[in-house]
Amino acid sequence: MIRLGLLLLASALLLPGKKVNVVSLEQLQATAIKPNNDSLYIVNFWATWCKPCVGEMPYFEEANTKFGAQKAKVVFVSLNSAKEEASVEKFIAAKNIQSEVLLLNAGNPNVWIDKIEPEWSGSIPATIMYKRGKKVFFHEGELKQAELDSIIKTKTN
Amino acid sequence: MKKLATLFVLFVALASFKHGDHGYHIGNEAADFKLKNIDGKMVSLADMKDAKGYIVVFTCNHCPFSKKYEDRIIALDKKYKKQGYPVVAINSNDPVVSPEDSYDKMIERAKQKKFSFPYLYDESQTIAKTYGATRTPHVFVLQKNGSVNNVKYIGAIDDNSDDAKAVTAKYVEQAVDALVAGKEVATTTTKAIGCTIKWKAAQ
Repeated sequence: MIRLGLLLLASALLLPGKKVNVVSLEQLQATAIKPNNDSLYIVNFWATWCKPCVGEMPYFEEANTKFGAQKAKVVFVSLNSAKEEASVEKFIAAKNIQSEVLLLNAGNPNVWIDKIEPEWSGSIPATIMYKRGKKVFFHEGELKQAELDSIIKTKTN
Repeated sequence: MKKLATLFVLFVALASFKHGDHGYHIGNEAADFKLKNIDGKMVSLADMKDAKGYIVVFTCNHCPFSKKYEDRIIALDKKYKKQGYPVVAINSNDPVVSPEDSYDKMIERAKQKKFSFPYLYDESQTIAKTYGATRTPHVFVLQKNGSVNNVKYIGAIDDNSDDAKAVTAKYVEQAVDALVAGKEVATTTTKAIGCTIKWKAAQ
């Protein structure tokens, strides 16, 4: 009995506190792109299989707490297939990711990529920052921590 | 002769500079290349004398999207080589960044999957930069017009990387079918999610 209790406790600690929400393009736009507040929304497109994406995630995690929720908010948008929701959740738990994580299920990329950002060719990682629904920064490729921090500083001031 | 060669190099350099980071657009003349194939031989587009054009695919070993498309790339070559549009696959990834994409691993993968097309190693990454390839897989369909090759389609293979059976638009096939029939390509550029080309670290 005690053993079972310990097992349950252990799994409760190991299980993610956060769920990964599977969202449509419209839902993504509503939650991460168009909120009407003064926060800088830092939207990072990634996938569990993308090594450079995984490599830069800690910088975004740190930024999410460092700058304060009022100022800057990181939203990780997974481009894993919707079928891989469970493995994305497992990954988030294992890496103890605290920022919001969405899994975009938007159908044909040839249609939705341009609706998000015409300059974007579709390779990941890609990072877009929004303020009051307006794009203030776009970058296709990795970011170094110093680069990310200095961009956030400029955009939140 | 040497002077001519220097001039040519300068010209190529200028031509690629003109396109900058953005690479080719539809209608541009695509540069030929001389890249090492998995059999050790150097391959150029001009070597394929019977070709009416080419399906140039920037791809690699490691990328999950490239893997998902591997069988579809093989099928493209099977279907279109006999119609004059062979597949020419190019790996431009830096093996220092992505060890799975080394020349030796390319040879291994091509053997495993019995590639029926050249799988070329763009060691200097010049061709990816010149063409403007950013991700894998990234397709450039070229049409041969005399001694030049014109870019007729840039983008994705189809509209569903996840499930070949659920594809509703086969972009590359539509483009090549149109060219074979002597028609204009209807959808000339498309986008897809893919892995970034793994560029060498700046020196």
